[in-house]
Amino acid sequence: MLLLTCPHCGVTAEETEFAPGGEAHLKRFGPGSDDDAFEAYMFNRKNPMGVHFERWRHAYGCGKWFIAARCTVTLEVFGTYPAQTTEPPAGIVETIKAKRPEWEGYK
Amino acid sequence: MSRRLASGGRLIDRARPLKFTFNDQHMSGFAGDTLASAMLGRGQVLAGRSFKYHRPRGVVASGAEEPNALVGLGKGERFEPNQRTTTTELFDGLSATSQNHWPSLEFDLLAANNLVPQFLTAGFYYKTFLRPRAFWKHVYEPIIRRSAGLGRAPDAESRDPDRYELVYGFADVLVIGGGVAGLQAALAAGRAGARVMLWEQTAHWGGRAPVDGVEIDGQPADSWIKSAVEALEGMENVSLRLRCMGAGVHDHGYVLGNERVADHLPGASGPRQRLWRVRADRVITATGAIERPLSFAGNDLPGVMLASAVRDYVVNWAVSPGRTVVVTNNDDAYRTAIALKEAGEDVPVIADARDEATGALPQKARDLGIRIMTGTGVQKVKGGKTVTGVALCRIDSDGSTHTEVLDCDAVAMSGGWSPVVHLWSHCGGKLIWDDAQAFFRPDPDRPPLGHDGAGFVACAGAASGALGAGDGLADAHAAGAAAARDTGATGDAGHPARAEAPEEAPLRQVWIMPARAGYALRMKMWLDFQNDVKVSDVQLAAREGYHSVEHTKRYTTLGMATDQGKLSNINGLAVLSDALDQPIPATGTTTFRPPYTPITLGAISGEAKGDLFQPLRRTPMHDWHAANGVHWEPVGQWRRPFAYLRAGEDVHQSVNREVLNARSNIGLLDASTLGKILVSGPDAGRFLDMLYTNMMSTLRPGKCRYGLMCNENGFLMDDGVVARLDEQSFLVHTTSGGADHIHGWMEDWLQCEWWDWKVHTVNLTEQFAQIAVVGPKARALLERLGGMDLSREALPFMGWAEGTLGGVRARVFRISFSGELSFEVAVPAAQGRAFWDMLLHQGRDLGVMPYGTEALHILRAEKGFIMIGDETDGTVIPQDLNLNWAISKKKDDFLGKRGMERVAMTDPDRWKLVGLETLDGSVLPHGALAVVEGVNANGQAQTEGRVTSSYYSATLGRGIAMALVRRGPDRMGEVLRFAGAHDARIEARIVDPVLHDKDGEKLHG
Repeated sequence: MLLLTCPHCGVTAEETEFAPGGEAHLKRFGPGSDDDAFEAYMFNRKNPMGVHFERWRHAYGCGKWFIAARCTVTLEVFGTYPAQTTEPPAGIVETIKAKRPEWEGYK
Repeated sequence: MSRRLASGGRLIDRARPLKFTFNDQHMSGFAGDTLASAMLGRGQVLAGRSFKYHRPRGVVASGAEEPNALVGLGKGERFEPNQRTTTTELFDGLSATSQNHWPSLEFDLLAANNLVPQFLTAGFYYKTFLRPRAFWKHVYEPIIRRSAGLGRAPDAESRDPDRYELVYGFADVLVIGGGVAGLQAALAAGRAGARVMLWEQTAHWGGRAPVDGVEIDGQPADSWIKSAVEALEGMENVSLRLRCMGAGVHDHGYVLGNERVADHLPGASGPRQRLWRVRADRVITATGAIERPLSFAGNDLPGVMLASAVRDYVVNWAVSPGRTVVVTNNDDAYRTAIALKEAGEDVPVIADARDEATGALPQKARDLGIRIMTGTGVQKVKGGKTVTGVALCRIDSDGSTHTEVLDCDAVAMSGGWSPVVHLWSHCGGKLIWDDAQAFFRPDPDRPPLGHDGAGFVACAGAASGALGAGDGLADAHAAGAAAARDTGATGDAGHPARAEAPEEAPLRQVWIMPARAGYALRMKMWLDFQNDVKVSDVQLAAREGYHSVEHTKRYTTLGMATDQGKLSNINGLAVLSDALDQPIPATGTTTFRPPYTPITLGAISGEAKGDLFQPLRRTPMHDWHAANGVHWEPVGQWRRPFAYLRAGEDVHQSVNREVLNARSNIGLLDASTLGKILVSGPDAGRFLDMLYTNMMSTLRPGKCRYGLMCNENGFLMDDGVVARLDEQSFLVHTTSGGADHIHGWMEDWLQCEWWDWKVHTVNLTEQFAQIAVVGPKARALLERLGGMDLSREALPFMGWAEGTLGGVRARVFRISFSGELSFEVAVPAAQGRAFWDMLLHQGRDLGVMPYGTEALHILRAEKGFIMIGDETDGTVIPQDLNLNWAISKKKDDFLGKRGMERVAMTDPDRWKLVGLETLDGSVLPHGALAVVEGVNANGQAQTEGRVTSSYYSATLGRGIAMALVRRGPDRMGEVLRFAGAHDARIEARIVDPVLHDKDGEKLHG
């Protein structure tokens, strides 16, 4: 069971205190988008072996959504940050690059 | 013959005899005995029968790794199957029964399986039971169920009367295993100042050091252990627990432990077991090592035991198996011969597979006059239900001739030791093969990683591969000190204790005995005692192409029994490696999975059973319902009244009464469970326009509007009435089950997509009691309460007003889910019950009567109103339900709009909502399918619709239904055939779903 730190309230807590929300940084495609873009938005999800960004909500705490950068193999958590962003903050990217030099970077 | 020695036994108290029964025979032992030592002490060697062949089986080991001596413990509702006698502490009145025999332990007819062992070889099930197909259910399965398997499951109707509890714990350093290594690691970490927890699975500290005659810091192990425990007990930052098994190490330092608080104290108050859930910064596993059996013919006979176990029984419990032949490939087993000899027992020979035995321990054995035969192994063990003798042979031979035959009562075998790496491996710790010591040990460079990417598990002592006590203590001290340092402790960890133990010569790797044994011998060499897997089975699997150790495991069932292969895995994969002609590390191990030993389900559920299984949500009127004949229906964590039964009624009659009364007088519905979410802020209207398929921003304050919410697929997710409170705030009503989900859904979009929109949401569901006052006399009742003008002019349909009713502050929504004149009144939750009582009292002469959720369903179905979860199933779009009127064409965007534009969503062949009228007036089964001629690709009947709601309508005096039917609305009047029970077909006509008050005169009344 993972330990995660909520970047909003600062609490480090058990996984059961949070609710997972799937892959982070999805771009929404609404009316007017073509079928391929809409399909990718709705259904195509990354499933990397390694660095991954995922949404979590501090459901039984402050209620806020945040994003965790995590290694799906070792379960190392590189950092968490508020969900109000369209891509990972530079600091997190730096941290990951330092720990995973082979990482191809975000996107 | 197995018996109690006249003196000795470091763990037993001869002054306290205890009585127990085994298969209803009265026996006795001493305080401090395990059930195994007590049974052996009075000569009961035979303990059970084996899984497939029903061969007689006795105790092999002395601890948690025991595969054979499993019994049913206790009686009646406290009965528990498959308990190891070796870990069961004896208590007065214990009752045990042997398992897996028919008709009796001594005489088992099914042992006939044993006469044709080829019959049950590897993959036997897969090969034998393929054909004929019909035989499986009626012939094969009943026979297999009778003959295979272990203990019987407890009676399904009985309830475990004992208490179990879950406990949360936190530690800087958690040390698992209270042998001398665990004590040393805890001492180092504790002295350094870390918060330490130390667990030991048995009832005694110190592990096997005292049995092995180790000296620590110049004193016998027992006295060092005593002072170490005292020192730890004196540290405020250290807590110690006996009888607590480290069950599993999980992600990020989450560890489960099973504490058997009172298994040995029947009738004691408090919990029987405790399940510990601990978060530890660092985990040290000082779990020791387990001795490996040797694979020789007849190694499963009662009386063949691990050498270390024989030693344990002699030293700890003063129990001797009798005249014992020792068979070994290492020096350690000589300790067993020496212990037996020193206890006055006869050891005719030590058969050592090595070419020479010259170390300190063999020398001591020689000095005691024990005969040692090197280069020698066991050809076969002789005996029926117990060992009567052993035939020896040259270790490198094919075993066709023996060199000598000896009479004996027991064989003590040792194939070397394997570190207990389970806990290290649970969470991803990697192993390396140590060829010199012939075992897998933890690779300290590849530990399980924590949330920060650092290793969080270390092994100490024998568990890390440091088998000798001297190396083990130094290793454990280093592990304890390092773990404490990692957690920020800065104190002085002190020095490790020094242990004195004789040097031991290297072992010889021996995986089968003799080395070139033929098939006749190999098919009598057991690897997995509990699942009856033999050397020949693994070799057969390899020949049949099972090259992966995980596949071989499943094909042969090696290591799949309740002992999880603690004795068999390494031997099995060595045999597999040999058959595949590859080195052992190339074969690798199977995956180690928690729990380390079985945990009873009671401990896992803890207190979460019965009334405490989950929290119960109660509306303010809950107690009134309970006192008035309620028949409950669970709705999420709520309990809602399904109907209120009066004397002499069944549920069906109650429901009909409630429906008719609501249509003719006044019905009251407790609607408090309805979701109530306040959405406010400058962008609230814009936000609701995105959430709902219709336009909400144009709603005027004082008005209500019905709306639909879809997910991005366009599938209907929730519905309800929105009331605009003022320019910037809306009260959103959701379905009862959907409140929390919809609130979460709103927050998701507000926080993660439109985070610059100024909107605030609050879930007010439990702040208000809500009561629907329904029926032609509803207005008359509310007007009696006084305080608000609720006339048709002042409060028209789909309006709401705020004021005071009968002295209670109230919001009155003029909405209807029944088709009747209806008001939903929300009052503060604290006054809900008083308001409910007031309505009942004031309305007595008007015929007021509460109704439940079933009447609610029927009333809405008569009116053709949809219900989320009945007419929808997560694949239904609003258009399917003819709700196009509730989908805005003016809005550029709303959630689900793009999804609805997909080709499949606009297909004219989609199943759409219609009403149904059975030709015979009967009630259609819920979910019944409309069938047409022909079959689909799977040979199933073709269908063109399904019933989504079906009830008996008391109003109409016949069955009514709603259904989704292919092109349904275009087919009014057509008769469909629905599948009923037992191939019956029920004919029903497609009709308009609105069956009651089509013009809405009552609704608008």
